[in-house]
Amino acid sequence: MRLTSNTLRIKQKSVIPGFGITMGFSMLYISLLILLPVSMIFFKTSTMGSQSFWEAVFAERVMASLKLSFGTSLLAALVNVLFGVLMAWVLVRYSFPGRRLMDGLIDLPFALPTAVAGIALTTLYAETGWIGKLLDPLGLKIAYTPLGITIALIFISFPFVVRTIQPVLDGIDKEAEEAAACLGATRFQTFYKIIIPSILPSIITGFALAFARALGEYGSIVFISGNMPMKTEIAPLLIRTKLEQYDYAGATALAAVMLVISFTIILFINLTQWWASNRDKD
Amino acid sequence: MTVKVAEESWVVRVVLISIALLFFTLNLVIPLVSVFIKAFGEGVDVYFATISDPIAWKAVKLTLKAVGVAVVLNTVFGLAVAWAVAKFKFKGKNLLVTIIDLPFAISPVVAGLIFVLLFSTTHGVFAPVLNALDLKIIFSTPGIIIATVFVTLPFVARELIPLMEAQGTAEEEAALTLGASGWKTFLYITLPNVKWALLYGVILTAARAAGEFGAVSVVSGHIRGLTNTVPLHVEILYNEYKFTAAFAVASLLTLIAIINLIVKSIADWKINQH
Repeated sequence: MRLTSNTLRIKQKSVIPGFGITMGFSMLYISLLILLPVSMIFFKTSTMGSQSFWEAVFAERVMASLKLSFGTSLLAALVNVLFGVLMAWVLVRYSFPGRRLMDGLIDLPFALPTAVAGIALTTLYAETGWIGKLLDPLGLKIAYTPLGITIALIFISFPFVVRTIQPVLDGIDKEAEEAAACLGATRFQTFYKIIIPSILPSIITGFALAFARALGEYGSIVFISGNMPMKTEIAPLLIRTKLEQYDYAGATALAAVMLVISFTIILFINLTQWWASNRDKD
Repeated sequence: MTVKVAEESWVVRVVLISIALLFFTLNLVIPLVSVFIKAFGEGVDVYFATISDPIAWKAVKLTLKAVGVAVVLNTVFGLAVAWAVAKFKFKGKNLLVTIIDLPFAISPVVAGLIFVLLFSTTHGVFAPVLNALDLKIIFSTPGIIIATVFVTLPFVARELIPLMEAQGTAEEEAALTLGASGWKTFLYITLPNVKWALLYGVILTAARAAGEFGAVSVVSGHIRGLTNTVPLHVEILYNEYKFTAAFAVASLLTLIAIINLIVKSIADWKINQH
């Protein structure tokens, strides 16, 4: 390859004006509002010294909160993958009364303030609530247990899976399915050999988005979890508690762990999308 | 008669639709309806008495301030960054888009914490400066506004970038070749093309700003009538066992969410028409 002035340029030539000013403003805005503030977590962590950092992270209460956050978020994301695929399928392929309403309301958890979701779900699933009342005689307690946390996480992360899968499912060419059927495949075989593979990247992306969203959730959980240390205390809540007790170092250490997890998930999502676009090229 | 080989039997359809409807009702409809039923649980008079409470109105005023600043700043940013990303080819574009999404990917509590680490008058990096100037950001209105701007930063940009990328640059190039200025091209070509996505981005930013809880809760300090936003006011009422009042204020936020969903449906429909 010959090096020309063009290959060395960061930006390609264009007749459209305004790159300098829009890019300059964007970089300034992002630096002041995102890069500088977020880097504070790592700056503060680096001043802690590694021993006190690891002591803070491996404290029993911190590990319990991380385990709870991971477990409930994973469960919620898996449930959402199952129902998300079903919901996307039903919305794209079938017509039935209430379909438009359903399609419009899928985004409700995305638009509804998390505190509102929190008090509504807690009231519904408490022992005296509409749903809790039905489950209490069966010995099933939901509010103030990890199960309640999972239900709130299912609620708040639900749109991500549906909305990631829906457009991909909508864009699938039905010819491959018809060909499979003509060659003697059952509908179920067609589903898991043709349809599932083509929406797999979007399922993985949706799962990762839902999981990331659930891990960080605070507003709805603070109401439904009961916030008992070691039992129903999720990681974001413990950060808040540590801050209220003026344990800034402990809060920052846990926040650093959460940030690294968030970055890993973002990287994973980008890799999935890169894999999907390369796969489709072949 | 056409034979549809690639379709499920009606039994399968009915079962799948039923499961979807059941999950939809249980997970979305019942929580939504319950907010309004609980809000009006003690009658219409109590409802209106609650939402006209002066402390509730102070919370509304503070929330509106945060919403106003967040919408203006993040709309200007969203338009600028979408122009740079969608109309030009340059290296590092994916990284830039990923960074814009960061506020959405990190926990709201962590988002609040980063501003405490910057601006707290006891532990913040800028504490000496703030104390010298006698400025208060954390546990005060500026902190709430900054945290709100941070958590709603991606939304206008996220709506505009994919649409503007899909629309390409041909129309703008034509206008420029015919002698229009860059600013005119933006006003008369680009802006009309993206107006519905922009409108939804703005509404989403406003709704998320009004409803932000975690980040604002960390920086606010919960000073009643002073640093309480509407969602924080809901939390206080709920924790004081004033459930009907909590749901009454919550129903206002729910209405904003419903307006948001309606605007989204209209915007999606308009964009698909193009």
